Amino acid sequence: MIPRICAAAAIAALAAAALAGCGSASAPSASTASSPGSGPASQAAGSSFPVTLTAANGPVTIKVKPLRIVSLAPTATEDLYAAGAGPQVVAVDQNSDYPATAKRTSLSGLTPNLEAIAKYSPDLVISYQDANGLVAGLKKLGVPVLIEPAAATLADAYAQIDQIGQAAGHLTQAQRVVTTMKAQIAAEVRQAGSSHQGLTYYWELTANPYYSVTSSTFIGQILGLFGLKSIADAADKASDGGYPQLSPEYIVKAQPQIIFLADNQAADGGQTPVVVAKRSGWSAIPAVKDGEVIGLNDDIASRWGPRLPQLVEQIAQAVERASG
Amino acid sequence: MIRARGRRLPAARAYGVAAAFLVAATLVSALVGAADLNPLATVAALLDKIPFVHLPSGLSPLDRAVLFDIRMPRIVVAIMVGALLSVAGAGYQGVFRNPLVDSGLLGASSGAGLGATLAIVYLSQQGPEVVPIAAFAGSLAGVMIAYLSGAVGGSGTATLLLAGVAVGLFLTAVQTYIMQRSAQDLQQIYSWLLGSLSGATWQQAGEILPYAAVSVTIVLLHGRHLDVLSVGDEEARALGLHPARVRLIVVAACALAAASAVAVSGLIGFVGIVVPHVVRRLAGPSYRLVLPLSLLVGAGFLVLADTLARTVVSPAELPIGVVTALVGSPVFIWILRSTAAVRT
Repeated sequence: MIPRICAAAAIAALAAAALAGCGSASAPSASTASSPGSGPASQAAGSSFPVTLTAANGPVTIKVKPLRIVSLAPTATEDLYAAGAGPQVVAVDQNSDYPATAKRTSLSGLTPNLEAIAKYSPDLVISYQDANGLVAGLKKLGVPVLIEPAAATLADAYAQIDQIGQAAGHLTQAQRVVTTMKAQIAAEVRQAGSSHQGLTYYWELTANPYYSVTSSTFIGQILGLFGLKSIADAADKASDGGYPQLSPEYIVKAQPQIIFLADNQAADGGQTPVVVAKRSGWSAIPAVKDGEVIGLNDDIASRWGPRLPQLVEQIAQAVERASG
Repeated sequence: MIRARGRRLPAARAYGVAAAFLVAATLVSALVGAADLNPLATVAALLDKIPFVHLPSGLSPLDRAVLFDIRMPRIVVAIMVGALLSVAGAGYQGVFRNPLVDSGLLGASSGAGLGATLAIVYLSQQGPEVVPIAAFAGSLAGVMIAYLSGAVGGSGTATLLLAGVAVGLFLTAVQTYIMQRSAQDLQQIYSWLLGSLSGATWQQAGEILPYAAVSVTIVLLHGRHLDVLSVGDEEARALGLHPARVRLIVVAACALAAASAVAVSGLIGFVGIVVPHVVRRLAGPSYRLVLPLSLLVGAGFLVLADTLARTVVSPAELPIGVVTALVGSPVFIWILRSTAAVRT
């Protein structure tokens, strides 16, 4: 009995962690302010130190260009490498599997171990949440920590890339990354046109129980660029934070025209389009009948980093097929 | 040994009450759900399925799909799981002459949990279909390890129970270790551990049917033996019974029943302990009555619990294990207080 009770107690806490891809209400404020006084001459790519950045954990001052960065967040890892700060990164967490060259370790952002992090003698640590006293603990060691939580909007995602780039001393390249992303996403949306306003979709985060996203979430906003509407909107309660759980009856009855699977890869549950088609009763859903069940790259779909244009491209292709 | 007070139902009346409870639970469950089907049309569509009855229901093809491909298989699987867990719980209680044991005993739940966790973490390449098979195998393996460990220590039931507790804790420790090492699978594992019938299909019902039928039949046929066993091993032997053999057969059948249930539902606690006790309060201690009545009442209880699980926070769902404990515990205590004690 004991393990079952523990599980019941832990599930509430874990529900949040499980939906790690979900935008939290607290958007990272991206306002940055160079510290006053005579900073050293601008280094490599247009950032100057010391610099004070306002992350989710408040103002953080980075005195000199960090050369030993530890990233505990897969998105932050992607941001760092895209901004050209890869050579300064000494360790990334166990889930940071992109790019392949990142120095993956057994470090965890979910349950960070301060001693294990300190072992890499970092001069900057980036994570997506302040768990296990991460910020306070590393403060005692004089290590600045940036908390970059899940983005609530595309603007947040761009601002995080800029901020992480600036923190690593690569602001110019980070800004170039953002400019390219914006252009690619705009091009996809333009190309897809506006002939499919009002198509409905079901975005699956997890199966059994089925968790989805509403149109107002980070993902929902991206799909909103194409005029798509989430079937989860009607089910959303304040306590769901935009990520309501749906019963299979509700999903079938809502008749979504496209289904996106963010739990499609083997490591995330293996809910492939084939598996979905075999679910009892789901063959009555238009998306299943028309073959519009899209297995996404789950990692890209659950992060808010520089690979977002790839997600947008996959969505654009699905939308064009569904309305064509 | 405590003798029951008189207010017991006669056998025929007890069967009637239990069967009516199951039918009522099934009907209520069929009529409610997130899809808001028209109740009259739903009843008509269900009656239409009865041979020689033809009723135009007026349900759209979509509503029919919701009713017959989502809601009904779920109810049928709930009936099977509830019956299996309750019969297994009652059987174990008889074998061990102990009112506190349930269907998760002897490493069955922890073995299933370890099996499912291993499948989710290491066999994810094979697809989600592997999880039920791994849970089934893990549950049986857990009982087998516990039985072999406990049987060495002598013939008493206490040794077997203690070995079961030890094996259960060990398997749970291994499972927790693997789970903590694999943060990204936590959500999947916890969802499984808390139990759910939301993915129930006709195929699942068909797959566990043979195991369910064989195991339940064997346990039901041993009602008389369990009654004899309840007077003690020595006395049972004097009456011509072979206690160790009966114990082995019933434990094996109960393990198979619990494993079949766990494979399709995950871990659902409380059913295997509460249902047989409620039945005893209503119909007396004889296993010839307790076993078949537990089957009916357990089936109805789980159908009701699952109905609550999928309607209370609709269109979201509660883990069914939460409902069985949250609703079941107060009801159980009320029944304990308002009826007389009965020997197990």
